[in-house]
Amino acid sequence: MNHLISIEELDRADIERIVAQAERFAEVADREIKKVPALRGRMVLNLFYEASTRTRSSFELAAKRLSADVVNFAASGSSVEKGESLKDTVLTLSAHKPDAIVLRTPWAGAAELVSRWCPAAIVNAGDGKHEHPTQALLDVYTLRQRMGEIDGASIWIVGDVAHSRVARSNVLAFQRMGAHVTVAGPPTLIPRGIEQLGCEVRYTLDELHTADIVYALRMQRERMTDTWVPSLREYASWYQINGRRLTPRQVLMHPGPVNRGVELSGEVVDSPQAVITQQVEAGVVVRMAVLYELLAVAREPRSDGAGAAPGSLAAPAPAASAADAMPAPVAEPVLEGRPA
Amino acid sequence: MSAKQPLIGGLQAPAELLLRDVHALDPRTGLDARRDVRIRNGQVAELAEPGTLETDGEAQTLEGEGRLRLLPAFFDPHVHLRTPGQEHKEDIGSGTRAAAAGGFGAVIAMPNTDPVLDSAPLLRSLRDAAAREARVPVGVLPAITRGLQGEQLTEMAELRQEGALGFTDDGRPVRSAGMLRKALQYQRLCGGVLSLHEEDPTLSREGSMHEGAISAALGIAGIPTVAESTMVARDAALAGYEDARVHFQHVSCADSVEALAAAKARGFRISAEVCPHHLLLTEEDVRGLDTRMKMHPPLATEADRVALVDGLRAGTLDCIATDHAPHAREEKEVPFEQAPMGTTGLETAFAALYTGLVAPGVIGLPLLVERMTAGAALFELPTPSIALGTPANLTLVDLDAEWVAGEDGWESRSENCCFAGRRLQGRVLMTLAAGAIVHRDRALASSQDGELAGAR
Repeated sequence: MNHLISIEELDRADIERIVAQAERFAEVADREIKKVPALRGRMVLNLFYEASTRTRSSFELAAKRLSADVVNFAASGSSVEKGESLKDTVLTLSAHKPDAIVLRTPWAGAAELVSRWCPAAIVNAGDGKHEHPTQALLDVYTLRQRMGEIDGASIWIVGDVAHSRVARSNVLAFQRMGAHVTVAGPPTLIPRGIEQLGCEVRYTLDELHTADIVYALRMQRERMTDTWVPSLREYASWYQINGRRLTPRQVLMHPGPVNRGVELSGEVVDSPQAVITQQVEAGVVVRMAVLYELLAVAREPRSDGAGAAPGSLAAPAPAASAADAMPAPVAEPVLEGRPA
Repeated sequence: MSAKQPLIGGLQAPAELLLRDVHALDPRTGLDARRDVRIRNGQVAELAEPGTLETDGEAQTLEGEGRLRLLPAFFDPHVHLRTPGQEHKEDIGSGTRAAAAGGFGAVIAMPNTDPVLDSAPLLRSLRDAAAREARVPVGVLPAITRGLQGEQLTEMAELRQEGALGFTDDGRPVRSAGMLRKALQYQRLCGGVLSLHEEDPTLSREGSMHEGAISAALGIAGIPTVAESTMVARDAALAGYEDARVHFQHVSCADSVEALAAAKARGFRISAEVCPHHLLLTEEDVRGLDTRMKMHPPLATEADRVALVDGLRAGTLDCIATDHAPHAREEKEVPFEQAPMGTTGLETAFAALYTGLVAPGVIGLPLLVERMTAGAALFELPTPSIALGTPANLTLVDLDAEWVAGEDGWESRSENCCFAGRRLQGRVLMTLAAGAIVHRDRALASSQDGELAGAR
């Protein structure tokens, strides 16, 4: 695996391998010294064209726990505001020879595009409303921690599906892992044709009780001014996940940040059914696993400095065992991938 | 009421040329036979049985071996020459060289330039430039409304006196039905075709591609086909009510074809064009987010594509237009949602349509040639033909020649062609426009002694 661009390009084995690696890294967080030397001397560049605190800091923490050097580059206040194109920004930053670029942009396909322009491993941290693959991976990880396998589970993704990259990545990832996915929300916020991803579509929460897992999406306030729904009040009365709608056996997820009183009522956020803070925790170990996968395990040698061919997200040979792939905490760092 | 010649420019070098044993095809006259053709002083001087004409001092002779096709030169009612103001994308010289290379003998330029072509002085200046720089004759459609703002009519009558072929706000719809109605009424005074870009911006919004399964999967805002078809239906009704002459640009979906067929059945004076990319490509081609596949209206579904081909065959869609829309490399080398709309098309139109529709037997060559020349009459210009005593407006093509689009570069200043890299069959070898040889393929140019050989 040379890049992580989308869940669409991953199969179940890829997802399971990354999640398993994250489980091995979870132990690091409990140590007094929360660091392994696996990526010592490697550079991870965070290039963010959209405001983000949790995703960016999660990637930063993940890279630092692997002993990589981290450079943060925010588009605001930079050359981007002086009119520099994405391509020129990437080429300029590439001159510093980052091993990985974590990229968030408001444009679908931008991560894929950047992977053609520079030799670094590209991690898509959100490309427009298209995908946010590390969010989906950490959500799968969180569910496995909570309930084991999700084969056959029913997962409802509720809210503004149209403007959500989290929804798109999760519809794909949950299905890859054997779950049945239903998307539900106001008809104005469910894109025409979404059922072709394999999910069911509902416009009410009448059957929400059939779900094993309820995944609420953030209702962005700016969508309100654009008359996608008549009012937040009406939205909340039809689609808010609250104590009345959530049954005790259901698990509640949310990508954050939560609008209390809009998509979630306060009492469900604070309930033991909610795994929202576990999702945040999972973010660091899953992103460690992604960076490790891209930079330490399966980085294919490059002769010309060019990116791998687009669409070449083929599954590499999986690590044979946990002991092989797991960097020894104190001994020599594992820098080389296992032979295929 | 047009006081000046509506087409302007083109090379002023009357051809002296003997074409021996070419297969001449003119779908309107029924000519479909091997002929010797003599061009003298830029006119079709003789049409004779093959092997009967001998060289009579012509500088150039070309052997067609009974194989090369001689067709009426194509006519494109919809191109963007980007002059004035956006010459980094295209100018009159490069755009009309691209037209000539594609077998087009004349083109009509759109007014969404910078500044917008919306006044007589600007039209005069553009026509002066065309007179100097254009390789093939150029007609101009100035704007319907000032600055394409949809608020105030341009001085349509004066513009017609200065040679306007008609009017369009292309790139934008005339949003207000009331404003369009005034333009249709004013047409009774000044004439000229009103050529309409149909799009309801409250439906297309910030969309970048066709609304459907692929836009849903990519998370890209979609443009529903009803953004076009509802406006086609509205404006066809207005055209019927005012008995106005209206032309619909770049029709892209089945619903629009149906709306046009219904309006035509009622006898309304409307016509429509369709683009090669809409006849050949679909939303599937957008999946990879290649910005060359981003155009307005967007590539739609396979069912829409098939309906367009059927509409072309039935005549509901009267002619083919390329909507040649050049953009600079840096403008297109950005994420899909940021990229401007448009594909170039002049240099690939015939070959792409021949490869995609004629070679597999979907439509016949005579129909393709008819539709690629029909735009002239729709804009009240003489239809290119192969007829004695007329100025040579001719295209010579080798239907067997295969080439890769863009492999040898482009005549256009821009390279944003949706067919780039595709293997195409059918190559334009020579184009004559208004009596002059305006394009010679390199296969011909490399032969010796001024002798033009048809050999590939």
